[in-house]
This record gives sequence, structure tokens and C-alpha cells, in this order.
Amino acid sequence: MPKEMTGAEMVVEALKDQGVDTIFGYPGGAVLPIYDVLFHQEKILHVLVRHEQGAAHAAEGYARSSGKVGVLLVTSGPGATNTVTGLTDALMDSIPLVCITGQVPTHLIGSDAFQECDTVGITRHCTKHNYLVKNVADLPRILHEAFYVASTGRPGPVVIDIPKDVQFSRGFYTPPAGVAHKTYHPKLDADLNAIQAAVEMMAHAKRPIFYTGGGVINSGPAASTLLRELVALTGFPITSTLMGLGAYPASGPNWLGMLGMHGTFEANNAMHDCDLMIAVGSRFDDRITGRLDAFSPGSKKIHIDIDRSSINKNVKVDLPIVGDCGHVLEALIRVWRAEAKHADRPSLDAWWDEINHWRAKKSLAYRASSKTIKPQYAVQRLYALTQNKDAYITTEVGQHQMWAAQHYHFDEPNRWMTSGGLGTMGYGLPAAIGAQLAHPKALVIDIAGEASILMNIQEMSTAIQYRLPVKVFILNNEYMGMVRQWQELLHGGRYSHSYSEALPDFVKLAEAFGAKGIRCSDPALLDSAIEEMINYDGPVIFDCLVDKIENCFPMIPSGKAHNDMLLADLSDDAGLELGSIIDEKGKMLV
Amino acid sequence: MTTPASPPSPYSAALSSSKVESHTLSVLVDNEPGVLARVVSLFSGRGYNIESLTVAEVAHAEHLSRITIVTSGAPETIDQIHHQLERLVPVHQVTDLTASARSLERELAMVKVRGRGENRADALQLAEAFRARIIDATTESFIFELSGKPGKIDEFVDLMRPIGLVEVSRTGVAAISRGPEPI
Repeated sequence: MPKEMTGAEMVVEALKDQGVDTIFGYPGGAVLPIYDVLFHQEKILHVLVRHEQGAAHAAEGYARSSGKVGVLLVTSGPGATNTVTGLTDALMDSIPLVCITGQVPTHLIGSDAFQECDTVGITRHCTKHNYLVKNVADLPRILHEAFYVASTGRPGPVVIDIPKDVQFSRGFYTPPAGVAHKTYHPKLDADLNAIQAAVEMMAHAKRPIFYTGGGVINSGPAASTLLRELVALTGFPITSTLMGLGAYPASGPNWLGMLGMHGTFEANNAMHDCDLMIAVGSRFDDRITGRLDAFSPGSKKIHIDIDRSSINKNVKVDLPIVGDCGHVLEALIRVWRAEAKHADRPSLDAWWDEINHWRAKKSLAYRASSKTIKPQYAVQRLYALTQNKDAYITTEVGQHQMWAAQHYHFDEPNRWMTSGGLGTMGYGLPAAIGAQLAHPKALVIDIAGEASILMNIQEMSTAIQYRLPVKVFILNNEYMGMVRQWQELLHGGRYSHSYSEALPDFVKLAEAFGAKGIRCSDPALLDSAIEEMINYDGPVIFDCLVDKIENCFPMIPSGKAHNDMLLADLSDDAGLELGSIIDEKGKMLV
Repeated sequence: MTTPASPPSPYSAALSSSKVESHTLSVLVDNEPGVLARVVSLFSGRGYNIESLTVAEVAHAEHLSRITIVTSGAPETIDQIHHQLERLVPVHQVTDLTASARSLERELAMVKVRGRGENRADALQLAEAFRARIIDATTESFIFELSGKPGKIDEFVDLMRPIGLVEVSRTGVAAISRGPEPI
């Protein structure tokens, strides 16, 4: 029997029915009716952020680390526009979010009312779908549909814009029933012929490689288990994108490390020289492929993706398989076993010999120092001291993010939250807050840069208010390091506006927020300082003063191919002469 | 004088080599607010071309609208457009009518022509040859209504230009597949 209630009550009722226990938000005039309903209940924890962008990233961190839908609630106008960066981030990285925005009353829409903006117009470009609810009778259906659309298929953000009068109107609430959407029917299971063709190609491959991505994580932990099984079954090498780290364990024997612009020598060379590439939930992004016309020229390519439009978008593939990664991996294993397939062992052994040769380059090595903390060393020590603690790691964007991806090793999915597609500085701290709320007892660390952290530093207040013991580990080199690195490579070392001038004292800043501040600049004291951070029961800002001019290697320079990598020069103290390595065409690229 | 050709981007060199084709896509959508904006902003956001676009409700009870888009691009781009459109939540179905090669395309135009004496007679004669109807007339002007393939309308408009073309209003292309089956 449908219950009669107000639109605002429906919102909260639907959240409960969808199993939501935590939402991130910021009140304002156009959402007050919903906040009033939240006041009268205790099932849903509302986390007050300090900026709506923080709400979006916190919801992303919550979603990415838990596999659930992240929910945020903001007001109209600036509340809605402040979420745009987070929504775009979630769209690029396929993170399921439901964002509820207040709107001015329906009769004021279009009148340039106070705190009015065209929320559905603005967010149309950065959501998977969005709704403006003009009639309370539509509200229950739209609320449930939003969760369905956000979490199924290729996940993404969904906005529901609710005018204030609709929040006050009374109507009948219906709980979620089996959703039968009129037009939206994501395809989960792949065509069996394609599966059989893939198995056939795999059995005949001489130099195969798995290239996996965030789609495996999105498919749920079962997909990661299946991926491990298939890799063990075939003995093939495996590499992953930034977004896919943890699906296959970094400690696993077949792991080549991350690929792409800052991927390992062995992963990129194996991608270049393979004869069969099996892309699983990855999308041939430009950070992965490098120069397209020289991308893995001799290989057949199988592409498994739930989004049909990802196939042949950047790279033409030989065998598309449209379906959910978990379902497809299960089918591949089933058919491989049923047909008693086995890999071409002698060829595979020769392939592994070649790969081990590349591995011997130790492309992640760097020049150690006993005087200054090398940023790579800082991440390595952080990993060494936390690897048995099942930590959740978030990052901001830049050099520190790449060093974290290279030197912090993930053995499980959902432990690594980073802004991959959009590259959003300021993502890490709110994402860590979201992850900490999803895993209250876990160790959550935001590996940050001193520039990025200042973009959403206000969320330290949120951490304090909700007693969230997130650790912010800043690799402080007093530069926007990746910008500085590119200026060194491309612009003759003219470091235009990339120096972090007038930095705050991060220890005092931590203390001003009510957190603990730790500073370390001596490699000999680093371990004990990290221990102090881990052992402190509360939020910490760790100001780790690192080598100021270290560059992030290895690197595929812009416009170059996978087998054209730059490696760190370990002997020359003066650094590399890089200005001439990237040609004019490469300089045009990002 | 020729402008120097910009070098091809190293990122896009692999796919953009094939030649540009014009395709007519039929997109069946739920007739809900904003659906046209969704389709159009997909084209602008991803840098696809729209040569012609028509939209109207085709089934009132089912809230269905049919959007016919004429677009151009390399075959890979057309394929991308097809699948990007399918990804939009309120889209029921996307059909590439050009790919099926069994489709009819028509456009309607209203053409205002001004002239006296000999020009008037010429206009009437040409209109008859093109099976254009007169839907408004004054002593110094005609408005012709004409339907057909876009090329036929282009031709008619070109012929009217020296006679005294004032303005043209065209509907854009509507298209349907031949035979008894729906798309």
C-alpha cells in the first residue's frame, strides 16, 4: 500500500529503501525541506562537508572503496555548480553517484531567481543521466531509477534536481520494485561465439598480455577473483591501468606493473611487442596508448567492455566483447576449461624470458640519497610500514600520484582511489574521508602534493567533526611537480607559475584544524615519523619535505610509442637533457 | 596562396585516414524534456557534425519522438556516433538508414520568389517541372511548396535565385526504411 508523504520525505524514504547509510551534503535554501526530514531520523548519517566539491569526491571515495552508490545532497545554484567538477570526475572514472540538488520552486524556474541555475542543463554534459522533477508523483520512480542507472551498466553520476515546492508537495511513495526501464537495458552477458573466438585466440597466442582497467574493479570483487583465476589458468602476463590497480595483486607472479605514460618498462614493451592483447574493462585512453599509429602494431586485440561505445573509439580491435567484465571472465574460464585449452607453453616461456629481460632494467629505480628524502623512497617506506594493515590509499593529482601508483603496491581491489580520467587536484582528501566513512576502522591515507592538498584543504574540518582519522601524507617539493617536470621537458625549464610560493606551515595548519601535524625532512627519521602518523588516533597532516627537483620516470614522452620510453638516468647528477627529446608535434599534446 | 597543412596529431593518426561519408541516422527517443538537448550536445561535445536535424513526436500515447540526423564523418566516426547515441538513457533505438541502403529521404521546402513579367512566367514553368505547388501568391510574388530529396530542393533554389529568390524555409530531412517492416 503506497504511503502518503511529502516529496522531501520521499527522498529520505527512498534513500533508506536503497540501503543508503551515509550521505555527503551541504544545506541551503532550496533543500531545507529535505534537511528537515533528515533532522527527524537516525538511519542515515549526513556528513557535513565544507564545500560541495568535497561532497562529490567524498561520495566517490565512499563508492569506490565500498562498491555502493555514493550519495550527495546539495542546494540549488552554487551548491549545484560546485559539484560539477566531482560529477565530471565520476563520469570519467565510471563511479556510481546519485546527486540530489535543490531547485527554486517550479513557478520561479527561468526567472533568474535567487540561487537559481539551470542545473540539468549544466550537468547534462557531466552526468550519465539527469532529471528535473516537476511533479511529486514522478519522484519515487525517478529516485529509484536514478540508483538503477547510476549503478548498472557502465556506472556513472546521476543528478536529480528537485524544486522546493515539489519537496513540500504531498504524494504517494512506492518502494523500489524490480526496475523495468523503458529504454535503458545494459547488456551483461556476452555473445558465446565471441567468447569461443577469444578462447581460441588465447590458446594460439605466442606473446599474449592482459591489459586490465577500472571496469574490473567496477564489476565487483568477484571479477577480480575471476581475473586472478584466468591469469593463473593461462599463465599470461598482466598489466593494468591506473584505475585498475589491485584487481590483480601486485605481489602476483604474472604482474608487470602499471602501463602507460608512467608505467613500467616491462609493461609497455610487452604491450608493444605482444601478438595478442586482451583488454578487460580498459578504454585505450591516450595516457595508455601513447602514439596511436605506433601502438602495439603487431597484435590482435580483444576488447571486453560493458560500454559498446568504448570499442573502436581510439584503437580498432579485432574482437569486441560487449558485456560485464565479471560475466565475461567467468564465461572465458568456463569455456577454456570445458574445451580443455592450454596455452602455447614453449612460446609463452620464450615470451616470459623476453619480459624478464625488460624487467631486469628495473625501470622504477631512482638515485637514492642519505641527505634528502626522495619522493619514491617516501612512498616505498609508507608502503613497507603499512602493507600489512590493509590500508586504503587515495591521491591527489600529479607526480605524487604517479609515484604512489608505482611504489605503493595493491593486492586487493577497492583499496586505491585516484582521479584517473579527469585528473582532479583536490580529489584525495575528500575521497579519503569518504573511504574512511565506508571503512571506519581502516587505515586511510591520502598521498598528496603540497599544491593539490590546498585545493580542498577545508575538508580537514569535516575529518575533525566526524572524528575520521585520515592521514594526509604530503610529498612536499614546493612545486606543482608534474607541471614543473613538463616545463623542464617542453618549455626550456621556464617554470612559469609552478613554484608553490607562500605555502602555509602544514604542521601549524594541522594544529589549527585540531589535527596532528608531523614534519620530516631526514631520511633517517622517516620511518619513525611514519610510525607516529600511523599510530596517532586521529587525523594527521604529514609534511614530508622531499627532493625538490626529482622527476617522475619512466615516462613515455608525448607523441612517442611504448617502446620509446625515457628511463631515469641514475648516474648523472646534473639530470637529463630532455628538451630535444620531444618533437614539435609532441609539444602540442597534453 | 595556400595555408600550410597542420601536421596530423600523433594521437589520432590511426583512425582518421578513411574518407568522409554522409549518413542518415534515425533515433527513436522518449519524448521527455531535454532529450533533444542531450542528443545535440552529444554532437557538439564530441565534435561530430550535424548537417540536418528534424524532430517530431511520432506516437503520442507512447511518448515517442523520432529524430532524423544527417551527419558526416569517417566510417569509424559514424560507428562511434551510433553507439554514443545508444548510450543516452532516453534513447530507444538508433538506426543507420544509409548503412541499410534501403531508405527514403524527403525534405519539404517553402520558397518565396519575387518578380514580374517574364521572371514570373519562368518561375511558374520551373515550378511545374519540379512539381512545386503554389501556396501563396500576390501580383509580384509566389511562395512555392516543394518536397523531395535535399538535392532536388538545392537545385530548385539555385534556379530561383536569378529569377528573384527572397527566402527559403526548409524542414530538414525525414527518412524511413523501405518495405513493410519498421526500422
